[in-house]
Amino acid sequence: MDVNKNSYTFTFAAIMVVVVAAILSFAATSLKPFQDKNIDLESKQNILKSIGVEIERDQADEYFSKYIKQQLVVQDGKVVENPEVPALDINMAKEIKKDGAARTLPLYIAEKDGNTCFILPLRGKGLWGPVWGYISLESDGSTVIGANFDHEGETPGLGAEISKPIFMDQFPGKQIMKDGEFVSIEVRKGDASGDYQVDGISGGTITSVGVDDMLEDCIANYVAYLDKVSASAQEPVSIEKMEMEIDELMDSTATQQDSITAVALITE
Amino acid sequence: MAEVKEVKKSEPLFSKKNKGLITDPLNDSNPITVQVLGICSALAITVQLKPAVVMSISVLAVMAIGNVVISLLRNMIPSRIRIIVQLVVVASLVILVNEVLQAFAYDVSKELSVFVGLIITNCIIMGRFEAFALANKPWKSLLDGIGNAFGYAWILIAVAFFRELLGSGTLWGIQVIPNSWYIDNGGFYSNNGFFLFPPMALIVVGIIIWIQRNKNTKLIED
Repeated sequence: MDVNKNSYTFTFAAIMVVVVAAILSFAATSLKPFQDKNIDLESKQNILKSIGVEIERDQADEYFSKYIKQQLVVQDGKVVENPEVPALDINMAKEIKKDGAARTLPLYIAEKDGNTCFILPLRGKGLWGPVWGYISLESDGSTVIGANFDHEGETPGLGAEISKPIFMDQFPGKQIMKDGEFVSIEVRKGDASGDYQVDGISGGTITSVGVDDMLEDCIANYVAYLDKVSASAQEPVSIEKMEMEIDELMDSTATQQDSITAVALITE
Repeated sequence: MAEVKEVKKSEPLFSKKNKGLITDPLNDSNPITVQVLGICSALAITVQLKPAVVMSISVLAVMAIGNVVISLLRNMIPSRIRIIVQLVVVASLVILVNEVLQAFAYDVSKELSVFVGLIITNCIIMGRFEAFALANKPWKSLLDGIGNAFGYAWILIAVAFFRELLGSGTLWGIQVIPNSWYIDNGGFYSNNGFFLFPPMALIVVGIIIWIQRNKNTKLIED
């Protein structure tokens, strides 16, 4: 057979394409569940890491349900009831492209050692690709418990250091609110001090700036919600107590009306 | 590059010639230091030892399997589209490697990120397909693929060793330079940040080539 005939060449190419496509799509579909599982476990692992719970990836499911009490979806400072997409499945890359008020963002409420904490997902741009992470706040909505960052392809030894303890360990204890105003946490070049600044990575300036922008851009979306929740947390009024008060009010007005009608009857 | 030779049927599996297929690329015909191919990846992923090792293993898998596939098809491939066929074979193998890493070695695949995909552009692989596998039987092609992958691997690992040691003071992520040596802790030592940048990989490769040419008389040119 002449392998250099046109018809042979075309047939060979066509068969090759079909065979390769079949092999690759088979591999992709059969490996997809494993890959999705890895990604899912990793984000749970990272969420827990931000509140200081260090676990192996295969324990992520168990510990996630133990610590995370609520998974909310927040839009423009309000909680979305019955969201279309559950919190864990929200695609942050798409959401951060929208305007602030249009974003539907996940918020995780965890309970650790009896304290409530808020875990906020973050996503922004690094030098070579996206950077993302989670930051957790105490119930006052301002004090940072911990932060956890990751990246797609930052330079090892430079920008990639944002996912190393040397950078992340600076966050616990920092504040995002100053006198009731949102100020975020600034990533500074080497002279960070005080409650609102951390040191950036030398040699990783663009990544550091990316993290700085990401913190400001992403946390800002939650400020309205956090304000509300932390304000109500400062004056603890439970729903039961409020209901009781309302009942009392209703009762007293009812008795007043009764007595008024009684008086009216007597005068008649 | 014509290494076309008729093989006698009775040739043992590991004849002297076949052994040469594995050992030659380690030194005399090393793909990086002698043929100067695949330099790009040698610069990109040699900042730390671990990615370099995983990259080497991935290249080994792609090169060995690819060489065998091309060799099996060698009498069927139309010569006018042979480069395209070679590309398709490399590309599919690389995608498979990437998918498998993502499913079963997620951390490593994250570490290598785009560089797994860039194995496609590693000209060592295309070079071996074109120069060897198209004209040789599968067994020889397999040996040739393994040999060249090892030749690539040891240079990569050597470069990564020096870059990680001198640039970060660690090996395989473990601190090896005593912490007390560092200036910050009152010592005299500080990591050389220059080793973290790609140009330093080129210089290290250059030094390896220099030493190799100095020792190996076959490579000395007039």
